[in-house]
Amino acid sequence: MKTTILAALGLATVLSMPASAEEVKVGLLLPFSGVYAALGNDIEAGFELALEEYGSETEATFSLMREDTEVKPPVALAKAKKLILQDKVDVMAGIVSSGVLGAVRDLIDGAGVPLIVANAGNDEATGAHCSPFITRMSFSNGQVNRPMGTWLFDQGITKVFTLAPDYAAGRQMIDGFTETFTAAGGEIVGQEFTPFQKTQDFGPFLAKAKASGAEAVYVFYAGGEAISFVKQYDSFGLKADLPLFGSGFLTSPLYVNAEGPAAEGVITALHYVPTIDNPENAAFVSAFLQKTGRIPSEYAVQGFDAARALIEATKTGASDRDSLANALRQVHFDGPRGTLSIDPATNNIVQPIYVYETVPGEFGLSQKVLAELPASADPLNGCAMAPVSN
Amino acid sequence: MSLDPGFWALQTLNALQLSMLLFLLSIGLTVIFGLMHFVNLAHGSLYALGAYVAAAAATVGGYWTGFFLAPVAVAGLGILLYSGLIRRMRKSGPMAQVLVTFGLIFALLDLTRIVWGDIALAIELPALLDGRVSVFGIGYPVYRLFIIALGLAIFTALAMVLKRTQIGAMIRAGVDNDAMAACLGINVERLFFIVFCVGCALAGLAGAVAAPLLSVTPDMGLQILIPTLIVIVIGGLGSLQGAIAGSLIFGFVQTFGAVLAPQLASVLIYALLAAVLVIRPMGLFPAKG
Repeated sequence: MKTTILAALGLATVLSMPASAEEVKVGLLLPFSGVYAALGNDIEAGFELALEEYGSETEATFSLMREDTEVKPPVALAKAKKLILQDKVDVMAGIVSSGVLGAVRDLIDGAGVPLIVANAGNDEATGAHCSPFITRMSFSNGQVNRPMGTWLFDQGITKVFTLAPDYAAGRQMIDGFTETFTAAGGEIVGQEFTPFQKTQDFGPFLAKAKASGAEAVYVFYAGGEAISFVKQYDSFGLKADLPLFGSGFLTSPLYVNAEGPAAEGVITALHYVPTIDNPENAAFVSAFLQKTGRIPSEYAVQGFDAARALIEATKTGASDRDSLANALRQVHFDGPRGTLSIDPATNNIVQPIYVYETVPGEFGLSQKVLAELPASADPLNGCAMAPVSN
Repeated sequence: MSLDPGFWALQTLNALQLSMLLFLLSIGLTVIFGLMHFVNLAHGSLYALGAYVAAAAATVGGYWTGFFLAPVAVAGLGILLYSGLIRRMRKSGPMAQVLVTFGLIFALLDLTRIVWGDIALAIELPALLDGRVSVFGIGYPVYRLFIIALGLAIFTALAMVLKRTQIGAMIRAGVDNDAMAACLGINVERLFFIVFCVGCALAGLAGAVAAPLLSVTPDMGLQILIPTLIVIVIGGLGSLQGAIAGSLIFGFVQTFGAVLAPQLASVLIYALLAAVLVIRPMGLFPAKG
């Protein structure tokens, strides 16, 4: 009797498995500890949400394997090796830090495992160091800031002082802005790069900005530095005479409430804010809020869209490393950020950029979208790779 | 470069404010070392904890609740650490002590992450300290002036206690020669304990004071540790004058370095540290001559 039940149960289990489903093994490489742990958690939550919401659109099923990069390139490289060689994943997603991306780039390119980048924005990853296996669903540093140069000049501002931390991303963000701002006819009257993660007191730099004769200040800071910077900028009373503009990470919804009233009136540009007015975004914000109890940040949407890109790629029938890499390069869909596509020449995302002002809202601070700047593909920046095959 | 005197006055105030923040932190560390020959690398973590306690208390009872509660809470943790860990490590040599307190940094860092999460916290200033006052014709944040005043007040109070009171004399005797002090009937162990608690409380106070100015993040303790160690090495271990001198040197070099030679700003202080180690290895004002 017992054996019959067991046999029946076994048979039922076999029958309940869909016959043609392809299991896609996904390795998530994210920082779950270290300075970017909050970003890693948001990306993971977004990624899981997209699999829950859109997973039924494809025949493929997904199994997730998570590894903590600790934001340390050597650690991340070892974890990536483990995912590729031991777990034999079909595709990887994640990577918050550009340093980590630089460390794993050659391994991924050599092993031929597709990677969907969900944050790291260094320009070279889809420029001189591009790879047919690395597709970026987040942003590039130049992309976020380039449209702001022209926009700011159009607002009648001609003299700007810039500030950013002294590392690759800081310089690329500011270069992207400077390039278009000076091309439009603006003048950079002063430029400072502060020691990265060693600057807690921005007082000395703020006094220089004030004395420079600029009409506005344009900055890039993120995380803890952004909070300190915005609060100190306000405490010196500079906001009234010297309006603060910047890359949108400065007032990211993830931590803008820690900046408090000091962030009100700061105008920045980013590829996503939770207040973008379209039906996909409304659905995304409410689903994310329900899942986590938080308003989604740009990091959450990057995780969400990374998983959607993967789903879209599997819908074309791709399931192994090569076919997934090829399909990912041709992905396009409408998401919370608007219409997205991958530029097959660089594998970087093409997306609109939103200029927004931080304003007091119903629950803490909110984002008021002032302008939607049209999407444009990044320049090649020395990227040369095989075209997609059909 | 601007020749406007207001600009330089502003930068001088910035330097003073940074110095005073570092002073609050380094005085505890340096006196604990001078008296107990104990390097407490976890001092920075106590500062971070002070900031978190202040931020948490401020959401319930406002800024001043956090300001007064943080030193008490951190001193309480100091008592736990002392009786559970540090007393056992007293005789085990500097390498073991450094390793244990270094490990404590990571344990405390993860504890703050578990309790308060990874996202930075905010703290609102009371109306009294918000806003700006005009100093030499320039608007300067009141809160920064408050930090300068608080640092000077603590310095004066500590100088008075060490110079004029009986317990101050006992501490000085203990720093100078603890075996002899014990022979003279001073309960050196109890003295150590008191000094350790006061040092922890000052670290907590520094955290509470820094919280509204900087962002309250789990790694803030690690970020402040190196500057604090530089201050006490330049100033000389174990002395009050060393701590204040080291803090002022660090604050002014850091601030004016950033103004005059921004490319060199992060290197200057290390160059100075190297120079001090070569010329005066004991620091500028070592406690023992």
